[in-house]
Amino acid sequence: MAQKYDAIIIGGGHNGLVNAAYLAKAGKKVLVLERRHLVGGATVTEEVFPGFKFSVFSYVVSILRPEIIRDLNLPKHGLTILPLESTLTPLPNGDYLYRDGDHFRTLRDIARHSPRDAAAYDDYARWMYHMAKAVKYMLGIIPPDPTTLNPKDLGGLAALGTHIANLGPEQIYMLGKLMTMSSADFLEEWFESDPLKATMSASGIIGTYLGPRSPGTAYVLLHHYMGEIDGAFRAWGFQKGGTGAIAETIASAARSFGVEIRLNAPVKQVLIKNGRASGVVMQNGDELEAKYIVSSLDPKRTFLDLLEPGHVPEEQLAYIRKFNIRGSSGKVNLALDALPNLACMPGEGPHLRGAISISPSVDYLERAYDDAKYGNFSQRPYIDMIIPSMIDPDMAPPGKHVMSCFVQYAPYKLREGTWEEKREAFGDAVVDTLSEYIPNLKDIILYRQVMTPWDIEQVTGLSQGNIFQGELSLSQLFFLRPAPGLAQYRTPIKGYWQCGSGTHPGGGITGAPGRLAALEILKDWK
Amino acid sequence: MPIPTPFHSRTSALCESWEWRNWSGYLSAGLYEPSHEREYYAVRNSAALFDVSPLFKYEITGPDAARLVNRIITRDINKCAVGQVYYTPWCDEAGKVIDDGTVSRLGDNHFRITSADPSMFWFGDCAYGMDVTISDVSSELAALALQGPNARKILKEFVKGVDLDNLKYFRLAEGKFDRHPITITRTGYTGDLGYELWAPAKHAERLWDMLMEKGHGYGITPAGIIALDIVRVEAGLLLIEVDYISSHKALIEAQKSSPFELGLGWAVALDKGDFVGRRALLAEKKNGSKWAFVGLDIDWPALEKLYAAVGLTPRLAGRTSRVAVPVYNKSGKQIGQATSSTFSPILKKYIALATIESQYAALGTPVNMEVTVEYARKQAPATVVKLPFYEPERKKA
Repeated sequence: MAQKYDAIIIGGGHNGLVNAAYLAKAGKKVLVLERRHLVGGATVTEEVFPGFKFSVFSYVVSILRPEIIRDLNLPKHGLTILPLESTLTPLPNGDYLYRDGDHFRTLRDIARHSPRDAAAYDDYARWMYHMAKAVKYMLGIIPPDPTTLNPKDLGGLAALGTHIANLGPEQIYMLGKLMTMSSADFLEEWFESDPLKATMSASGIIGTYLGPRSPGTAYVLLHHYMGEIDGAFRAWGFQKGGTGAIAETIASAARSFGVEIRLNAPVKQVLIKNGRASGVVMQNGDELEAKYIVSSLDPKRTFLDLLEPGHVPEEQLAYIRKFNIRGSSGKVNLALDALPNLACMPGEGPHLRGAISISPSVDYLERAYDDAKYGNFSQRPYIDMIIPSMIDPDMAPPGKHVMSCFVQYAPYKLREGTWEEKREAFGDAVVDTLSEYIPNLKDIILYRQVMTPWDIEQVTGLSQGNIFQGELSLSQLFFLRPAPGLAQYRTPIKGYWQCGSGTHPGGGITGAPGRLAALEILKDWK
Repeated sequence: MPIPTPFHSRTSALCESWEWRNWSGYLSAGLYEPSHEREYYAVRNSAALFDVSPLFKYEITGPDAARLVNRIITRDINKCAVGQVYYTPWCDEAGKVIDDGTVSRLGDNHFRITSADPSMFWFGDCAYGMDVTISDVSSELAALALQGPNARKILKEFVKGVDLDNLKYFRLAEGKFDRHPITITRTGYTGDLGYELWAPAKHAERLWDMLMEKGHGYGITPAGIIALDIVRVEAGLLLIEVDYISSHKALIEAQKSSPFELGLGWAVALDKGDFVGRRALLAEKKNGSKWAFVGLDIDWPALEKLYAAVGLTPRLAGRTSRVAVPVYNKSGKQIGQATSSTFSPILKKYIALATIESQYAALGTPVNMEVTVEYARKQAPATVVKLPFYEPERKKA
């Protein structure tokens, strides 16, 4: 006889775990099923090369919701987010742009490139503060559906309307611009120097299959500003032990509330009885029963893989089939014998404890996108690099280092060949690009792990290797995420729910979809 | 990390207190000696030497320079003669103050503006379509303020080519020291007789050395921000981010102030033609301002009583407090806040700069200001008084 649970969560990524923890905290008997041998999904730390720990996929955290940290008491379970407060943009001519927590020092460095930009920097920050404050509200609510007359949705729309009206005209106009412009054009309204514009606009393209000059990317800039207004964190942080430790922390909190987590437990299908989800079938044929089944997987898997056809109306399935989930980025993780030595800032220094961004100009980023547009990985990609071992010495043996490189673009679908064939060529392009700025790099690499979108899909299960479970474009956000009529964590099947990054408010290590879904499920619970 | 000013080799050798402040990213001495008292009294008694190099400095030149400056500032630049200096605020289109500083008219179309915040972006936007060049000369130009009764005598010892006896208040002159160029403006942030000296950064150390050598017999004393903060309150002078918030930094409307609300109505020339913020300021002039910037004289005997009640005598920090405290009317309703308060050593008074509702701003109005006596919040009676609190004749003579 199958075991009985109140809720089964499919997928032990950070959102699945957050969801499970909230449900269990409310007294439910919850089981998490994870396909792999460890929890985390794309939030994992693995010792791929002996002694060297890689945050294999996601690598930094900025917007893990403070209410989750408090509600689940995560610090007690080991949450330790260390500041990552500088961004260095090395330039091909040997110069650089360096921004850090020292405001005036940062302004001076910007002023070297353009005094006007330095004077505009605070003004831009003030606007982003306002915009983040405006949008933060929307991230924290269940997206009301503007097409129904359901009182709950109408109430939500009215509250949203009031919120927007209270922003005042100036901010509403700016919000309109932010929602429609490209990140490059938006930044152009303040800044003129290329390294600054490019490095800032890179925030607008991360995880999208769009370039800095593609309309809609300005909004994504905001996603990276959110953490700054909560007062809980600095902009970006690094979890001690890598991002996997965040998943472990949430898992530990979930267990403390009684959640059972089963590893090496791949789910084949969701069981449906009399139009209601009743359990799951495991790959090994076992059946498990529960009142609520919650999928933390991406929308494609949630609706197309885990369900037999026929349970969801064809029109809605069509939305899901059209849902944009093109993977566009890869990851290269390096084990290093020594510290990388930057040509623009030689030697050890605080700049190695922050982010290093290969984004010398907007043209550079747009060219990187040009390659991807036509099905090639970027020959000279955008790279966001950190050296975790400089922040947390336990990530590598003493004196040795690990380096994490987020690389864009790497389109999931290559025009020619397969990723298995092109993987090392892609890795070479990344190392060659980095070597232009870090002359000693090739001499100190002990081990190289290349994660293409295909590999990301293989390992984590994220469809097409998309890091956000679906692009963060405006057409796929709020009441459109993941699809019209499916944006409130429910599905057309009673008892079957969604809680992954493919739902509102989207990707990144926020935990917000998992939490909001849990709160909705608990409201639904009878 | 804050960086040194052009005088750092000299100031750091003298800074026995090791108390440094970060002023716009520059290392700025808080005080040189372990106590700021001698530095304070130098301003009122002999001559104090302040390194004010961290000010932002811009030069505006070109055929449209006067037009641009007139568009930015609230005063009428056409009434400012070559060789004259204007203190002025400048506003956004809503008539809210962005910054305040001095504008020196070096030529018909040659201006030097000092500001507290970086201003290239704003000046550049205002200059759209105008034939002007705006250059940031902040790091090229070293700046010192020599303030106090003996300031003129010291300069006369070594500055050539300037008729200092006839250099009037808020006028400028260009001269030489050692063959190096120097601009002298009779300006300052102390409300005393004083001058500000502007010289190429490469000659900064030489300028400092000459001042210290020639000023020795006149009691020249290097002084830091702590002393400056007391004398500027006595002089009734505003400090950005303390007494008001730049409209470019304010996060909500309520944090912004108009020039009228900062006591700078005298510096708003509504009749000069169009300038940024004029329409809003015209409307405010017509409709009245919500807030007023006033001086408060806290009733000392009453303050003594508050302390006496717990067995103490008044215990005030010897420095200016930049912590805003509530101001109440006599019925106990909060009507504003005191943003800078200090004990004035020369006046022997406890004084404050405050922003209060304009209906309470008439001179002589009794109000209460919050004071904390042994951890308990109390209200001390105070009176709205005329600014500046202290104004010696020599300031303008």
